[in-house]
Amino acid sequence: MQEDPDAPHVFPIGRKPGELLFAALILLFSGLLLAQIGWQTTWLPKKALAAQPRLWPAISLGGMALFGLLLWLKTRNITRTPGRWREALCWVKSLEFVGWYVLYVAAIPVIGYLLATIAFCLFMAVRLGYRSRQAILSAIGFALFVVLTFKTGFNVKIPGGALYELAPEDLRYILIRYF
Amino acid sequence: MDLLLSSIDIIARWDVIAALFIGSIGGVLVGALPGVGAAVAIAIMLPATFMLEPIVGLTALLGVYGSSMFGGAIPAILVNTPGTPVNALTTYDGFPMTQRGEARRALGLAYSASFFGGIFAILCLMIFAPVLAKVAPMFGAREIFLAALLGIVLVVVTHRGQVLAAGMLACFGIFLQTIGIEGSAYTQRFTFGQSWLQNGIDLIVVVLGLFAISQALVLFLDEDKNFPMPHVGKKGFFHTLLELRHFKRVATVGSGFGVICGMIPGVGEFMSQFMSYSYAQRTSKTPETFGKGNPEGLIASEAANNSVPPAAMVPLLALGIPGEELTAMMLSVFYVHNVIPGPALFANQMDFILALYICLILLNVIVVAFLFLATDTLMKVMLIPNRFLGMMIMTFSLIGVYSLRNSLTDIFVAAGFGVFGMILKRLDWPTSPVILGIVLGGLMEDKLRTAMARVRSPLEFIERPIAMVLFAMIVAAVGIHFYTLWRDTRTSKEEGK
Repeated sequence: MQEDPDAPHVFPIGRKPGELLFAALILLFSGLLLAQIGWQTTWLPKKALAAQPRLWPAISLGGMALFGLLLWLKTRNITRTPGRWREALCWVKSLEFVGWYVLYVAAIPVIGYLLATIAFCLFMAVRLGYRSRQAILSAIGFALFVVLTFKTGFNVKIPGGALYELAPEDLRYILIRYF
Repeated sequence: MDLLLSSIDIIARWDVIAALFIGSIGGVLVGALPGVGAAVAIAIMLPATFMLEPIVGLTALLGVYGSSMFGGAIPAILVNTPGTPVNALTTYDGFPMTQRGEARRALGLAYSASFFGGIFAILCLMIFAPVLAKVAPMFGAREIFLAALLGIVLVVVTHRGQVLAAGMLACFGIFLQTIGIEGSAYTQRFTFGQSWLQNGIDLIVVVLGLFAISQALVLFLDEDKNFPMPHVGKKGFFHTLLELRHFKRVATVGSGFGVICGMIPGVGEFMSQFMSYSYAQRTSKTPETFGKGNPEGLIASEAANNSVPPAAMVPLLALGIPGEELTAMMLSVFYVHNVIPGPALFANQMDFILALYICLILLNVIVVAFLFLATDTLMKVMLIPNRFLGMMIMTFSLIGVYSLRNSLTDIFVAAGFGVFGMILKRLDWPTSPVILGIVLGGLMEDKLRTAMARVRSPLEFIERPIAMVLFAMIVAAVGIHFYTLWRDTRTSKEEGK
């Protein structure tokens, strides 16, 4: 990160890769929302300003746009650190893990919390490069600990799997309630 | 005496004691894990505490909040990596002490200073509680609005070097709480015709995304860190408790800074640590050894940061205003149980407040005893690989998000905030302004509406003494900030010539 000796403390003293890009994205986002304020909020006639439903969205979006603009302008003037798109690629890469997470949640109502958690922990451990026997056993152990603590012990509200319907009646109740 | 007995009666239950043990030992564990921290742990625990009674849930969360900094000192001292961000200054003198073979002494002094800071803060607040109980009812709608505004202003201006980003993110937080059907005229705001947006964006979903999922993503994208574990030695820690008496001035002043900074919304641990460390260095006989393993620096940092949690409970309990992200999360526990913190709680339920402070004293005792006995075992926790930890955080976070409503939409929203939080963390932008914006934004809107209905002119808004003091503090905070900006600019220009 390079420093601009003239930059006072209120402004960023260095520029991280991707900072300008993100500041620009937020500025664009706040600008788009601000443009929608007429449609998305209501102005009530004969009501005081403090009681207007539009007041706080206007203050907050106005503030976002103002701070965002100042940040973007200031960040632009600081010497660029290479790696903006490499950083953006990192952000996109994180979506892979989000995808596995969503898949894990989507699998719960189908195969049940116990199997879905074991599968998720096991898969993630392997995906992240932990392939030793100790790591695999740790992942399975952790998954069992989570299910036994939260679903079995604390009875946290997580739905049973459709797969449990195939089990005999007595076992089915236990599976749905505790696993 | 009746008050004390009533408070003891509130906490003399097996579930409160269990919550105290689980929270405090769990807090030490998460604090000792670089890359987790109290915010992640509290975010994960939050939905589970909704099922518990307020005192039980709050005790567990307070346990994590108050004890994570104890645990965070371990990696800060041993491997130069703070377990929680507020242990950053501990590395300055703690790690050099480890390098010269004084790891056990450094750990012991950090535990003793933290313990001293925690107990000092609780005793201060217990002594001042009757005064606070008298002052709290003087806070009407306009005073609470101004105190919340002060919190927002301070959380922005105290993020030195990131003021613009903090301001933008605080405004983003305020905007988020406006989404949905507003409670006054029942009109829709930024719902875009989507039914899932009509009830607004759930704070817990945002918290879990912004703190837990984002941290998991940060860890996934990073390399594993291999810490070379130093030799700590076998001698006990108890002698360090006695050694602290040689540094009682630094520990007392540091704790005092912690109490003051903790009570002011938006300031918190970082400011108290820097003030305490600067004081210790300025008044030391050997200021040149600071940053090179001076025990005074270590004590100043640890005493200050651990005295903040009890003090931070004051604006939360007395005014319903959280000073930082962790107390903002705790506020939701009150709301879920329909216990509204504020002047009435402080004035009428003093036994409940006192019970919380007794819990804090017990937690400090439990944590120190645990650390004195189990530090060697705790060091092994630091060996869990970072990315494996990320997988664990992700798995835990599902329980919080999904158990709320079994909603896939919540998962998508949490994941969205997870990615957003991950970007903020990678850019070193602060996340706390978003949460404070959400919590304080709603409060400000509500209180401004109530207050403005009763005033005839803007000047009348600040005519009451407390309102005037709060307004003066806001003006002073902004004024000091711009003065510092002007001074820094002038200094850098003069240096450039």
